[in-house]
Amino acid sequence: MAIRILINLARFAVTFLVATIVVFLFMRLIPGDPAQIALGVNATPELLEQTREEFGTNRPLFVQYFEWVGGIFRGDFGTSYVTRTDISPLVTDRLQVSLILVLSAMVVALLIAIPLGTWAAVKHRNFSGVVIGVGSQLGVAIPGFLAGILLVMVFAVGLGWLPANGWTAPSENFGDFIRRLILPVVALASVQGAILTRYVRSAVLEVMSEDYLRTARAKGLSKSGALVKHGLRNAAIPVITVTGVQIAALIIGAVVIERVFVIPGLGSMLLDAVGNRDLLTVQSVVIVLVAITLILNLIVDLLYTIVDPRLRRSA
Amino acid sequence: MMRRKNPLLLTATIALTAALGLAGCSAGASSSGGDSGSDTPTTATIALTGPPTNLDFTTTAGSAIPQAMMSNVYEGLVQLNDAGEIVPSLATSWEISDDLKTYTFKLEEGVTFSNGAAFTAEDVKFSFDRVKSDWVSSLKAKMDVVESIEVISDTEVAVTLSAPSNSWLFSLATPVGAIFTPEGVADLANTPVGTGPYTVEKYTPNESIVLDTRDDYWGEAPGVEGVTLKYFADSTATTNALQTGDIDAIVNLQAPELVSAFEADDKFKVVDGTSSGEVSLSLNNQAAPFDDVRVRQAVLYALDKQAIIDTAWNGYGSAVATFATPTDPYYEDLNDVYPYDPAKAKALLKEAGQENLTVEYTVPTRPYAQAVSEIVVSQLKDVGITATIKSAEFPAVWIDEVFTKHDYQMTTVLAVEARDILTVFNDPNYYIGYDNSKIEPIAAKADAADEAGYIDGMKQVSRQIVDDAASGVLFLFPNIVVSKANLEGIPENAIIEALDLTDLRWD
Repeated sequence: MAIRILINLARFAVTFLVATIVVFLFMRLIPGDPAQIALGVNATPELLEQTREEFGTNRPLFVQYFEWVGGIFRGDFGTSYVTRTDISPLVTDRLQVSLILVLSAMVVALLIAIPLGTWAAVKHRNFSGVVIGVGSQLGVAIPGFLAGILLVMVFAVGLGWLPANGWTAPSENFGDFIRRLILPVVALASVQGAILTRYVRSAVLEVMSEDYLRTARAKGLSKSGALVKHGLRNAAIPVITVTGVQIAALIIGAVVIERVFVIPGLGSMLLDAVGNRDLLTVQSVVIVLVAITLILNLIVDLLYTIVDPRLRRSA
Repeated sequence: MMRRKNPLLLTATIALTAALGLAGCSAGASSSGGDSGSDTPTTATIALTGPPTNLDFTTTAGSAIPQAMMSNVYEGLVQLNDAGEIVPSLATSWEISDDLKTYTFKLEEGVTFSNGAAFTAEDVKFSFDRVKSDWVSSLKAKMDVVESIEVISDTEVAVTLSAPSNSWLFSLATPVGAIFTPEGVADLANTPVGTGPYTVEKYTPNESIVLDTRDDYWGEAPGVEGVTLKYFADSTATTNALQTGDIDAIVNLQAPELVSAFEADDKFKVVDGTSSGEVSLSLNNQAAPFDDVRVRQAVLYALDKQAIIDTAWNGYGSAVATFATPTDPYYEDLNDVYPYDPAKAKALLKEAGQENLTVEYTVPTRPYAQAVSEIVVSQLKDVGITATIKSAEFPAVWIDEVFTKHDYQMTTVLAVEARDILTVFNDPNYYIGYDNSKIEPIAAKADAADEAGYIDGMKQVSRQIVDDAASGVLFLFPNIVVSKANLEGIPENAIIEALDLTDLRWD
């Protein structure tokens, strides 16, 4: 098991380094001079040159790269070209917001998906199972932002039950925090819930056809008893994988939801920074997203070994 | 419809409302002071587009910083009123010497900065000198004409110019004229210190600026205890926020199609003001085919401006011939010089030997530009000009290709600066590349003349620019303000960058 973890960690480190190079180079390929954009149309040529000097964008690429990567390991992303403030605390703030949003949505999605998916599998020949199957397919087909816009139209503008957009920190006003969280979470969770329901359903269906379940039933356990005692643990493995992958996808997918609901998360920070050619900020946000994705993969791998004892022994 | 399509959504809503909603329902108060209830709110929340990147306009360009800071946090000796006239602010009056070079200002007494320092003539000298020494945008050139500043007494200051200049006094109403105190310039990006009625209580980059009303303001204090400026990237999100009571007003709404919902509702009011923003049809005077005046004129004859305003901007906005606007003192209606006349356009193109013309139309990724582009293309097509649209990300790509490298034939951009006609046309190196040899002497003479001479000279300049068909203006951008019906005091027009919130009050 230790070797397995080590291999995973090494893979993590290499992928991360490659990602920093790719992200850095891509940022240099998009057109637009950060100094010119920061200064606007009133900039004089001397001032432009002075600002490039200040930003360091006139130095050789490898110098810029190593300075940035060196900073990452010290937890320092550098200074934003645009706001002229440290990037790291901003990223931390925005990340908290995005994580609250995405993790809430994931919890809600799982709360929907596990019972519904299991039910749909167990009753897959019944009417209710078919309804859930078709319903989840529809849910997958609806983009999250569209769900968001419709939710706002109905529950905020139409009925006036909830705010249409905006964000309040939980420490500031917890009630308002919850009220503003509900619609974006529902928008994200409805789509995620539908996706996960389908995974849960097929995982449970697969498990139900396994020999050991038949054996358990032959020993006298009821259908649901056998499923709970032996089946769900096995069905959990593919669901854990997909949940891990989906959390990463959700953070990126939340960019649009953050725009619709005016939420100051990592996604809106990324969009603003791209528009302003705030290269260091863009790089930093992207690399944080990459790191999250890689860490989630690592966690999923480790969870495997816990859920599935066979993997523990074989390593 | 949503619920029928997706049963999960309903389930999710119920689950969430049950799990989380209980806590939420009891917490009523919204962060906005303008929430429901019979009590009159004490603060106001106003939605704007395009957040400032920091609060220091002496080192950072863009109209967003002065929009929030000028008039509210900083004041100048003079300011521009809603009709576009220069009126007193920190100066009670001023005298101009006979040679038009020395301005003697009498200053308000009893004025303090928000850090407690008293405002005196020394601060005027400090601020004007500082433009030359510490400002890093090209705006600083507007102070180049100042030769010396003499502090006569605490309340009197004389500024001597190297040559008479009408535009200098106007510049004093813009950010260049903002008055600072020596003790308040350490952290302009985050902690501005001025004489205005508000101070910055909290600044969250890209999100909001919370302004607190000063108790010790020298003038008449605003009728609200504070104002929050909230920045929105999306027009629909903004109007939703107004409809649900999260904000109290939207200044300069960028989506006229969303206005109708508010016009029909008594709880809101819509004010259709004017601005200094020209939505241009800029033609590259130094590149074919627009280096030929006949082709440029043909384009102007080919445009049906009212149709553009009606189609692209729901009828909001007005037609002007060039970068002189009705709130400029030298404005003259020159719309008749190029009436909509496709036949004449075709004839001019034939004369120029350009009957089957293909041009590239660089359209920045901005709502106004994308809205006008299709109809401009279709109107040009009617006279035989095929314009192909090339989308350019704004600001990054547009500034790089069009503004800096002049690599374009035709483009559209919103030019928001007040009295910008000379910036745009009196410089052959500007991106339009207009040959300014005819207007340069007239403009210089006008600037050095008395007021009547200035107005007269600038009218000549405008006429010459229109005669030369230097470039077109598709329409003058409206300033659409939508607010709660009982919120008063938002300026109707957006003439200079400053959004003056001094008169804000609830009825």
